[in-house]
Amino acid sequence: MTLFFTNARLIDPEAGTDSPGHLLVQDGKITEVFPKNIELEQIFRARGISPEDVEIIDCKNRCLAPGIVDIGVKVCEPGERHKESYKSAGLAAAAGGVTTMVTRPDTSPTIDSPEVLEFVTRRAQADSPVNVLPMAALTKGRLGREMTEIGFLMDAGAVAFSDCDRVISDTKVFSRALTYARSCGALVIAHPQEPILSKGAAATSGKFAALRGLPAVSPMAERMGLDRDIALLEMTGARYHADQITTARALPALERAKANGLDITAGTSIHHLTLNELDLANYRTFFKVKPPLRSEEDRLAVVEAVRSGLIDIISSMHTPQDEESKRLPFEEAAAGAVALETLLPAALRLYHAEQLDLPTLFSAMALNPAKRLGLPSGRLSAGAPADLLLFDPDVPFVMDRFALKSKSQNTPFDGQRMQGRVLATYVAGTPVYWRT
Amino acid sequence: MTPTPFGHKHLLGIEPLRPHEITMILDLADKYVDQNRATEKRSTALAGLTQINMFFENSTRTQASFEIAGKRLGADVMNMAMQASSIKKGETLIDTAMTLNAMHPDLLVVRHPHSGAVDLLAQKVNCAVLNAGDGRHEHPTQALLDALTIRRAKGRLHRLNIAICGDVAHSRVARSNLMLLGKMENRIRLIGPPTLVPSQFAEFGAEIYDDMHEGLKDVDVVMMLRLQKERMDGGFIPSEREYYHRYGLDADKLARAKPDAIVMHPGPMNRGVEIDGTLADDINRSVIQEQVEMGVAVRMAVMDLLAQNLRAERLAKAG
Repeated sequence: MTLFFTNARLIDPEAGTDSPGHLLVQDGKITEVFPKNIELEQIFRARGISPEDVEIIDCKNRCLAPGIVDIGVKVCEPGERHKESYKSAGLAAAAGGVTTMVTRPDTSPTIDSPEVLEFVTRRAQADSPVNVLPMAALTKGRLGREMTEIGFLMDAGAVAFSDCDRVISDTKVFSRALTYARSCGALVIAHPQEPILSKGAAATSGKFAALRGLPAVSPMAERMGLDRDIALLEMTGARYHADQITTARALPALERAKANGLDITAGTSIHHLTLNELDLANYRTFFKVKPPLRSEEDRLAVVEAVRSGLIDIISSMHTPQDEESKRLPFEEAAAGAVALETLLPAALRLYHAEQLDLPTLFSAMALNPAKRLGLPSGRLSAGAPADLLLFDPDVPFVMDRFALKSKSQNTPFDGQRMQGRVLATYVAGTPVYWRT
Repeated sequence: MTPTPFGHKHLLGIEPLRPHEITMILDLADKYVDQNRATEKRSTALAGLTQINMFFENSTRTQASFEIAGKRLGADVMNMAMQASSIKKGETLIDTAMTLNAMHPDLLVVRHPHSGAVDLLAQKVNCAVLNAGDGRHEHPTQALLDALTIRRAKGRLHRLNIAICGDVAHSRVARSNLMLLGKMENRIRLIGPPTLVPSQFAEFGAEIYDDMHEGLKDVDVVMMLRLQKERMDGGFIPSEREYYHRYGLDADKLARAKPDAIVMHPGPMNRGVEIDGTLADDINRSVIQEQVEMGVAVRMAVMDLLAQNLRAERLAKAG
């Protein structure tokens, strides 16, 4: 099967370019990228391809980018399938241009044994139209006491190890897990946060939380958590990724750790890049995420860190919650927001605000996460899998949460004006979503 | 809809009120003070209306005050002790609200331990909702009754130096008062240990003091806040006695205030913790009993205004 994407605006994060051209896909892989001014017949002749065997997709100057690799997606299987299944998450991912979901182990029960991991992999393969790469817990039951069978779990397909939003507060346990993980070559993903200081917090401390009377945490708790983890990395030399860096005060520590040659990368969530604490307004629980939304100064600092490459990865941190867990007073409501389908239009806000260009966005959403996990995807170069995303960055629309494909529809962007829509999504050259 | 003088469907907080609306409530409350002092205390502003008091948090004083206020205005008043009821059986706040809503109440008076819970409930019901305290957020009728007390004692409600002392961090009374007194253009000082007075309040225009002697200098009004028992055991302050020594109001500290400064407390008091017992009873300085009296009048005024709105709205709907 040969696909030929013509007249595309090619977003190539590896080359850092945003330029017109054509892209040839054969047998599920990208085989060649051509500049705009080459004639199609010329290409066909030179490559010995007969035009009848080729499906030509005229991109009409829309953007063609590598599909999004989203680290930290919560699919609620096993345990809470009514919130999100592999099928619904997969459809949402395809509609959102996410071609690889790297899923979280904070399910019920926790994905902490090869047996549970195999169940999940089977479910994912049967139901999801996009690639699913599972993570496993770093400690059994995410309780922070005993490490999981990291070696067996890697053999069963775990691409990274994380206790998700639970911090392993016992530094002896964490340092041993990091040391052991290093020996296996495993990537550890942690949530940098001082767990005692942030206990019970529903908002970030500041003028807004004081006014609304919400229990709040100092943004400093994130830096304290990161500082601790960096010290442990110096001790152990492990491969480490901070799942969400959301505050300005944590950035200098991250910069120093990178300069010192530690094997550290950092991510942030789309919500922390595009929303701030004022969005909580009248206690709207769809805006309750973990860590809580930050001040505008923090948001801008994090956007700049993505621009400069200090923060490597943008994730959706897709966290489905049913209506019951959100229709509660703010303090009692569950944290988290769905974002597989809103990731791209929300990210495009930063593009339209001229804060980030498209190659930078796709470095953070596709290339860097793929690189960190050792995947061949996330790029537009010959040999890479044809995981592709065709989108129009400009088309305006009003977000309607009930139109989302996720089983849970807890998006903070409900009713908001957004710009940019996915037109088609391809996984290994096969269309998994197209907008009619 | 027929325009009514008070343009709010609910009273969820002081924040949405404008200065002239606050004055309107206080003026009406003044009339109810006279009515309450007369032998014949009943009137008919709420006749035919049903008032339900839903208290998800224990309260004797506030609930009694709302109950008396409603009864004096002729409403059918019902008290629900929510702690003992369906919440214990796992029903959510919204389900409880919907159930009550189906019984067609006209006024819901709600107290809840979580900030924002009363706002949430107000979105789900058709009747007027009165916030009787939500978490650490707001307690609007307390601020209004404090304002009425100050206005009657001082003859005005502007350009006064007012000190709010004690556990500001966990106090909805402090937040509502800060908002109301700020709107009426007073100078507000917050006094207390920094563990209980977050510095962010400076951004609302308050001056923050951790030395009570300094903070009370030349103030017209001293508002004390209740210190919750669970804050006393080393978490926020080292001990009760050290707190009383540094932040308890006694004659010595009060001497720094203006000679005619009044002393207020939302109650219930911890004598010998935040306030000296003798001082609390000193009828020349303490207006604590007046505050309780003003509480009933202010609640009558607010419910009267909300009921006028409700009637006008229903009349407009009917044709």
